[in-house]
Amino acid sequence: MESWANVIMKKAFKHGSQNTIDQLKTIGRELSMGTQGNWLSSKEYLDLVKAIGEAKSKAEEESIVMAEIEHLKKRIMEPDVPRKKMKEYIIRLVYVEMLGHDASFGYIYAVKMTHDDNLLCKRSGYLATTLFLNEDHDLIILIVNTIQKDLKSDNYLVVCAALTAVCKLINEETIPAVLPQVVDLLGHPKEQVRKKAVMALHRFQQRSPSSMSHLLTKFRQILCDKDPSVMSAALCALFDLVSADVKGFKNLTASFVSILKQVAEHRLPRAYDYHRTPAPFIQIKLLKILALLGAGDKHASENMYSVLMDVIKRNEPGKGDPGSNITNAILYECICTITAIMANSKLLGLAAEITSRFLKSDSHNYKYMGIDALGRVIEINPDFAEEHQLSVIDCLEDQDDTLKRKTLDLLYKMTKSSNVEVIVDRMISYMRTLSDAHNKTEIATRIIELTERFAPSNQWFIQTMNQVFELAGDLVPVKVAHDLMRLLSKGAGEDDEEADSLLRSSAVESYLQLLAEPKLPSILLQVACWVLGEYGTVDGTHSADDIIGKLCDVAEAHPGDNVVKGYAITAITKICAFEIGAGREVELIPECRSFVDDLLASHSTDLQQRAYELQVFFGLGADLVRKVLPVNGSGEEIEFDRELPFLQEFVDSALANGARPYLDENERLGVDSGMSSFVSSSRSHHEPSHGLRFEAYETPTAAIPSGSAAAPSSLLPDFEESVTELTRSVRNQTDSSQVDLLGPEVARLRLDGVQRKWGRTSGSSQPSLAPTPASEQQRRDSGVSEGASSNKESSPAELWDGDGAEPRHEIYSSSFEGKKVEREIPAEKQRLAASLFGGSSVQKGSSGGVKGGVKASKAAGNVRPGEKGVPPRPAAGSGKKKNWSAAEPKQASSSLMDLVDMSGDDSLPVHDAKASYDPFKELEGLLGVPSTAASSTSVGLGKSTMDFMSLYDSAPVVSQSASSLAGDSDVLSLSHRRSGGMDGANGVEGGLIDLNILPSLSPLAGLGELAQSSSSLSPSTGVSDKKGPSRQHSLQKDAASRQVGVTPTGANPALFQDLFG
Amino acid sequence: MIHFVLLISRQGKVRLTKWYSPYTQKERTKVIRELSGMILSRGPKLCNFLEWRGLKVVYKRYASLYFCMCVDTDDNELETLEIIHHFVEILDRYFGNVCELDLIFNFHKAYYILDEVLIAGELQETSKKSVARVIAAQDTLIEHAKEQSSSLSNIIAQATK
Repeated sequence: MESWANVIMKKAFKHGSQNTIDQLKTIGRELSMGTQGNWLSSKEYLDLVKAIGEAKSKAEEESIVMAEIEHLKKRIMEPDVPRKKMKEYIIRLVYVEMLGHDASFGYIYAVKMTHDDNLLCKRSGYLATTLFLNEDHDLIILIVNTIQKDLKSDNYLVVCAALTAVCKLINEETIPAVLPQVVDLLGHPKEQVRKKAVMALHRFQQRSPSSMSHLLTKFRQILCDKDPSVMSAALCALFDLVSADVKGFKNLTASFVSILKQVAEHRLPRAYDYHRTPAPFIQIKLLKILALLGAGDKHASENMYSVLMDVIKRNEPGKGDPGSNITNAILYECICTITAIMANSKLLGLAAEITSRFLKSDSHNYKYMGIDALGRVIEINPDFAEEHQLSVIDCLEDQDDTLKRKTLDLLYKMTKSSNVEVIVDRMISYMRTLSDAHNKTEIATRIIELTERFAPSNQWFIQTMNQVFELAGDLVPVKVAHDLMRLLSKGAGEDDEEADSLLRSSAVESYLQLLAEPKLPSILLQVACWVLGEYGTVDGTHSADDIIGKLCDVAEAHPGDNVVKGYAITAITKICAFEIGAGREVELIPECRSFVDDLLASHSTDLQQRAYELQVFFGLGADLVRKVLPVNGSGEEIEFDRELPFLQEFVDSALANGARPYLDENERLGVDSGMSSFVSSSRSHHEPSHGLRFEAYETPTAAIPSGSAAAPSSLLPDFEESVTELTRSVRNQTDSSQVDLLGPEVARLRLDGVQRKWGRTSGSSQPSLAPTPASEQQRRDSGVSEGASSNKESSPAELWDGDGAEPRHEIYSSSFEGKKVEREIPAEKQRLAASLFGGSSVQKGSSGGVKGGVKASKAAGNVRPGEKGVPPRPAAGSGKKKNWSAAEPKQASSSLMDLVDMSGDDSLPVHDAKASYDPFKELEGLLGVPSTAASSTSVGLGKSTMDFMSLYDSAPVVSQSASSLAGDSDVLSLSHRRSGGMDGANGVEGGLIDLNILPSLSPLAGLGELAQSSSSLSPSTGVSDKKGPSRQHSLQKDAASRQVGVTPTGANPALFQDLFG
Repeated sequence: MIHFVLLISRQGKVRLTKWYSPYTQKERTKVIRELSGMILSRGPKLCNFLEWRGLKVVYKRYASLYFCMCVDTDDNELETLEIIHHFVEILDRYFGNVCELDLIFNFHKAYYILDEVLIAGELQETSKKSVARVIAAQDTLIEHAKEQSSSLSNIIAQATK
């Protein structure tokens, strides 16, 4: 109580005794509030705490604290503040800072206080500095010297205080300054000091592993310390060390096991008991380490079996007893360990038992742990989930947000094509309740992933995506929107055009509805604008003026968003063009007029150009417009002549002059240069072509023309703006008939050389070449009829010289394809086989006989144009090429069933060797292989849609051939632009081939058990192609995930359907 | 590891904060505001865990005080819950039937105790006895120092300054 006397006396001296009685009263009250040990506090401090405690509002508290800060600032800077007073000020600073205010003006005084000889002050100083300063603070350097001194102190309390500060304050740079002393302290007689020294070393290890490498053996020695708390401190450090390098610590497995055994057997002093459980925290730490050591190591795991059994037995509560928190914590940790190591069935059984108990518990905490444990157990034994369906559903519907989210995590792991709709639905409704960006992004990413992987129908896919866009808005990557547009442009995938247009008009309706809502994310507006522009007037229910009005509203409502504006004006352009093309008179409504006028004067050259393009259309004839912007033009494929035979002469002359012949990059790198690797290289080259390049520029020698594949098309992305129309038209002379234009072409190739310097030499030209075979395939895939029989400008070759070009395309591309298929198959086959044998036995068992047949026909019904051509392709590759190079529209339009049947017939002889298998598996094989092949080919282009500007390289050939037909140079640039990809439509166009992936995913997935393995192959490749850099890698990952068994097996295939009703 | 420890009153007032991972003052304020909003609004029967920005927050209410610890996702929540309880038991033993006011007026003591229980984000001492012993040793030293400093002559010297 002396301190009170102190205060009172002081006050009495200053103010006379008048107030003393009052103060005594207050202090008496405060004394009764606080218990013992108020020796530090002064009246002022108590008043402060009290005032803040009694503050009615945040503002009031704020003003009190601000006043306190001002006061402290003044007082703390006074000279000769008594130590005791200073200590109090610093504690008050801590208080202020704890309340969230800046007390940095006082940091230096806290640092100064650590220099004090008085332990009391020193500790206060250390406490304040550890609370104030982060390890990167400038003042740290001032404290290192003091710490060094204190670590040598005779008083172990001083050393402890210093070590506590070391753990918080010492950063990577200052570790060497104190490291030797800390290491010396490992031999200190007091166990508290040893323990803290170990913890400090652990901290150093985390900060800078390199400076600690010579001390690894030390940690092993500490493990044998006679004091349990020092040993347990060493476990913390060892846990980190083991997770960094499992192999190096394998030999400690036996030691850990025996320590755990002893701890579990209650060999440690009673002081370490916690609620009658022997040293539970140490047990948990040990279990964690064992989980690391036993993972994937049969031998190490076997050593752990008995101790794990023992620990579980000792902690397992009696019947009907929920057990204490701490024993359950140990049990949960046991589950984690058991599922991490290579456990035997008995342990797994125990783990499952404990999990059941958790799930059935009334406590939300245990349920949460149970869900987590279930997620771990089903990774090993998927069947286990069935038992607990009801518990899981309960948790999902629980009002507890944390539990709900944890359950969604679990479901995410369990998703497959049969339950995707339910699960995604749940996720979306959960997303509705979220408000913070972090969680939303996370769940949106998951929804998109599941939707892309397992979508049962395109309609559903589009709806789901719209919901995601609406809810998560700009948190969704742009690419997802492009995929959606591509899907729409490609069609629903059902065989008939009718379904496509139905899908489109339903999309139009839904977007018109959506646009009525006041606030929409930019990305959704982009999609909406594109859809309205492309299909808004197609089915005739909406007049052009209506749609244009809507589009103007959109643009008006988002004056700051140039991207949306760009989409809107392009959509308007398209609608106008459709109207003009249909021979109707177009009169822009006034608001649109003013919108266009605005854009004509826009600061954005992009928007300006689009507006001018729109104007140009009004001066053109209907025929021309129809050619330039055909209705539903975005669904067409673009063709390339990758041979560029007209360059041959130039190449020859260059070769004659001693130029080096063109080498494929693969050859240059000494890798196998087969066509199969061309596929992957085209992808891998494309990605870096937009990123930074770290290799040196190539020396600017004369351009080396590429013999096989000329570069012009690849130049488009970079030189689009600058090249003249003349050169453009020249570049489009994909037919050798235009020999007379070779002159300018040569000039053009100079540029090519420049491009080479900057670009990735010819490697960068490949990606844009990739579309050629891909689009060829695509055309075949989509039944050829679509491309060939349509009256739209699909193929430049056709437009140029009619039939002449077509056969050539067919020939080279089919030979290319044949080659590709040959090479492609082995790798694919292996994977296919792996996934077939991995999972099909069960599937086969469950879906035998009639059911299988039904499934097959259903599957066939689901197959879309995207894949219609797919089944026969391997056949084509294996000798039935003729069918397809002929490629009569008639054949393509033949019924789907026929095609599938035919492919089945075709395949049988080919796959005779495998005749012992289920014929349906043959079908799977057929479905699987080509779709992966196609998707891999298309990746180059698919990627290109990502980058807005790179869209330019998508389709110049088409439009320009169309325009040169028209012979109008204005139109030329316009038409070029149209297909070149200024708008999202062209993004779609550019990546059209990629679309192959999407439609092929879902129906394949829809095959369900029958084609599960093949579907698993194709969707995953599709999806991962778009994401990861390596298709093979993702394949492996997928195969692995399937082996792990995240997908419940066929024992109860309709698991969730049943449950969710 | 434990990233931070928060003690929040039912009214959302901060009673103690300890940060083991680097957070700037601004971030700290934000974290406290965000978490107190989330935790205080949770019903009594719900589970004591929160998933938060890729980390987990384990909290437990004792009378009017919420003890929260933020841990990594792979940490054992039940164990963290017991670490909180361990800390509370030690506080209880030290203050003798601890209440919020003890922590308000002696928050620096609570810090000292916390420093003996946790260090660098890890549980350092699992024996209550051992913690109590160290704290007691510190207190006796401090008592000793205090006696010196508050002797009568000191009081007079200070008061007349």
